[in-house]
Amino acid sequence: MMTTPDEFETQRRKIIQGRNRMLGLVLAGFAVLFFAISIAKMSH
Amino acid sequence: MVAVYAGHALPQRGVGIALPPEPGPAYSAPGIMTATTAPTLQLPADWRDFFALTKPRVMSLVIFTGLCGLLAAPGPVDPILGFTAILCIALGAGGAAALNQWWETDLDAKMKRTANRPLPSGRMDRKAARDFGIALSAASVLILGVAVGWLAAAILAISIIYYAVIYTIWLKPRTPQNIVIGGGAGAFPPMIGWIAATGEITLMPVLLFAIIFFWTPPHFWALALFVETDYAAAGIPMMPVVAGHHSTRRQILVYAVLLLPLSLAPFWFAGAGPVYGGAALLLSGLFLLLALRVAVFRGGAADMDMRPEKRLFAYSVLYLFVLFAALVADRWIMGSV
Repeated sequence: MMTTPDEFETQRRKIIQGRNRMLGLVLAGFAVLFFAISIAKMSH
Repeated sequence: MVAVYAGHALPQRGVGIALPPEPGPAYSAPGIMTATTAPTLQLPADWRDFFALTKPRVMSLVIFTGLCGLLAAPGPVDPILGFTAILCIALGAGGAAALNQWWETDLDAKMKRTANRPLPSGRMDRKAARDFGIALSAASVLILGVAVGWLAAAILAISIIYYAVIYTIWLKPRTPQNIVIGGGAGAFPPMIGWIAATGEITLMPVLLFAIIFFWTPPHFWALALFVETDYAAAGIPMMPVVAGHHSTRRQILVYAVLLLPLSLAPFWFAGAGPVYGGAALLLSGLFLLLALRVAVFRGGAADMDMRPEKRLFAYSVLYLFVLFAALVADRWIMGSV
């Protein structure tokens, strides 16, 4: 595959950005889940 | 010098090209061999590779059987805690699958079916896969313990160790009975779902465990019969490779025979109703017929194409989905269990 170091760097940044976004979503999901679990446990 | 750039969005991976002759590093994904001794720069793994590491297709069956165990259990289940239980079962299965792929990178590289997975294809670093697997496994057990209960969490921890250590590391490379004993790993989810709902181990979750345990060998051996060359190339002692086709076919039939009364046991002994009983009789009867067709190898065109084996494998997946769906339907329609 022909490419240059600049393209490689662009590709690397794109992958890391995608990973960061996904990690952010997962962490936000866990925050919501823990809040919901706390409410559910308190109501029992 | 020769530089190799490899990555996810790049159309072809690992194809080297000649760049202008300035000195500089080579660019590649992990594991890709370059024709240079220069230091290599590697693209990090994409989040999709981490997702693929969890074996999403296998996970769907695990989630489904876990959910069925939860929904078939007597008594009300808090929807948030129920969702948490299923999420933890899925996370645990994903973590165990990641650890399995971390350990089997070399084997996967030798098999056509698995060579394109993130690790053997060189898209991901092995250490990242191992850490990801450990993190998922630990998180799933801790969250399940805190949110739902420590008995369910303990069973989940056992199932992860069973799959990642007992099956993957110990049994799979050593004995053709690997699938028989290792089948226990996949049999835990409905038990965990049931325990998450009730907090105790009764006869029904043990029977659900046993049904998947006895379903696993014919399911995997049907697959192993038509991808035998792959397993042989990787040196994995699957039953058809070690004992031959004739013996494997006979054993598939034995397990199918045992599965028939076992699938009816929840109806006879554990309070499942007629919806489940009828479905179990019908489904297991058809399973037995298809296994019989596999056992009787006639040597015709269909047999040479492994059509009966492929049919049994496809049906075995459907069998488990429908059988467990019938158990839930029975509980919600007839109010049994």
